[in-house]
Amino acid sequence: MAAAKLFPVKTFAELNFPGRLIAVEGLDGSGKSTQIYLLKRWLELQGLKVFFSEWNSSQIVKAATSKGKKRELLSPTTFSLIHATDFADRYERQLVPLLRAGYIVLCDRYIFTAFARDTVRGCPPEWVRGIYNFAALPDLTFFFKANLEVSLQRILSGRPELKYFEAGMDLRLSTDPYESFRIFQGRILEQYLAMSTEFKFLVINANQRIEEQQSIVRDLIRAKINLASFRAQNPIAA
Amino acid sequence: MKKRNSRSTLEKSRRRIVVPRSKPRRFYGHGIPGVDLNKLAGKLIVVEGADGSGRSTQIARLVEWLEGSGHATVQIGLSRSTLVSEELAQAKLGNILSHTTLSLFYATDFADQLENIILPGLRAGFMVLADRYIYTLMVRDLVRGMDEAWLKNLYGIAPVPDAVFYLNVSPEELVQRNFSKTHSLDYWESGMDLGLSRDMFDSFLKYQALMGKEFLRLQSTYGFTIVDAHRSVDEINFELRKKISAVLTGK
Repeated sequence: MAAAKLFPVKTFAELNFPGRLIAVEGLDGSGKSTQIYLLKRWLELQGLKVFFSEWNSSQIVKAATSKGKKRELLSPTTFSLIHATDFADRYERQLVPLLRAGYIVLCDRYIFTAFARDTVRGCPPEWVRGIYNFAALPDLTFFFKANLEVSLQRILSGRPELKYFEAGMDLRLSTDPYESFRIFQGRILEQYLAMSTEFKFLVINANQRIEEQQSIVRDLIRAKINLASFRAQNPIAA
Repeated sequence: MKKRNSRSTLEKSRRRIVVPRSKPRRFYGHGIPGVDLNKLAGKLIVVEGADGSGRSTQIARLVEWLEGSGHATVQIGLSRSTLVSEELAQAKLGNILSHTTLSLFYATDFADQLENIILPGLRAGFMVLADRYIYTLMVRDLVRGMDEAWLKNLYGIAPVPDAVFYLNVSPEELVQRNFSKTHSLDYWESGMDLGLSRDMFDSFLKYQALMGKEFLRLQSTYGFTIVDAHRSVDEINFELRKKISAVLTGK
């Protein structure tokens, strides 16, 4: 038997996929969803084939996940497994086929979200990474690094009702959801930063203006992917 | 038959109730965070085997015997979790999930029961009887070409049971037993998703042979007791009881 591969090691480009996967990671409130939306528009307007996929959005698994969350049935282990199930469903049925067909796939959160959250919840990191080792690495991973207080303010001012798992209430960090959320997000940020070099995160200062960030993101993509030749090789079906 | 039964019941009632001996317990891999293995006083007994191998009959008999002997019992089986059993049943109906997804869905179901039934049961000193365990889940995936190291890591959350019985029945006999019970073969138990044959009967035989072979291969790693389940219910149950008695007395 071959030695166990502990975590994904190759990108889609390295695996000779015609498509490319770009992931964004960051804390809730870091502005990454805005950035990936602008990125999507930019790529689409250039006539590229683009697909956008969100964390935790597989239709089949969703029912179980929302039941588990609503009724607080999830432990760190089942929380981890049900999100892995969701990811696997999207990965195998959507992401991989689209990448085979030459799409640029944009992922709002990828496996690093699981690595960070599950580790904070106390799951053994090697176990989590081993589960996700069926997935290839993104060709580019942007990490939107915002000041913790700024992220917290964005979330806490706009959406005062914090959900149980979102606030990390299952970790019993504090009986106050707001305090719990602060501690939880702080720990997730630590995990992200610890992974940053290992997984070659492109760290974007998310305290800058939206336009400034987007311009850096676009520059980095142009440097990595020759979009004109990519479009020529992967034309949109007539 | 009846006479012998009543005599043995009488003998049993005179016997002292055995308090199970504790033995060090371990997980297969990383385990579940925050679980103190020393506090799992109960025993975990697993019965594995294909549909029609007599698992539920044997488990029902064991429950009766164990409870009669003064032990509290609790049972678990695959796809019975509160968390995902309904969604799992739905997904199986449509055959729409890919392998890794289905595999992780089953693992979620297992983990939910592990944390909500098996571990609390063992903590409370119960005899936990599992109608199949991680081995069936692993074997199903292995015959579908999934990576063994990946599966071992995934199911490293499982505690090592105190006894595992594999009820071994030939595929030919399984077909007959399934027909005499329901007059039909189950899509998944026939491995129809594997495309071994378009003929369900052929596919069933081939699939069950593959599963049996894989179980026997895993036997060397996991050390289950292979039980010849072509014999009568009584004979098989006698063998299971003997082994479980040894587990209880720590011999």
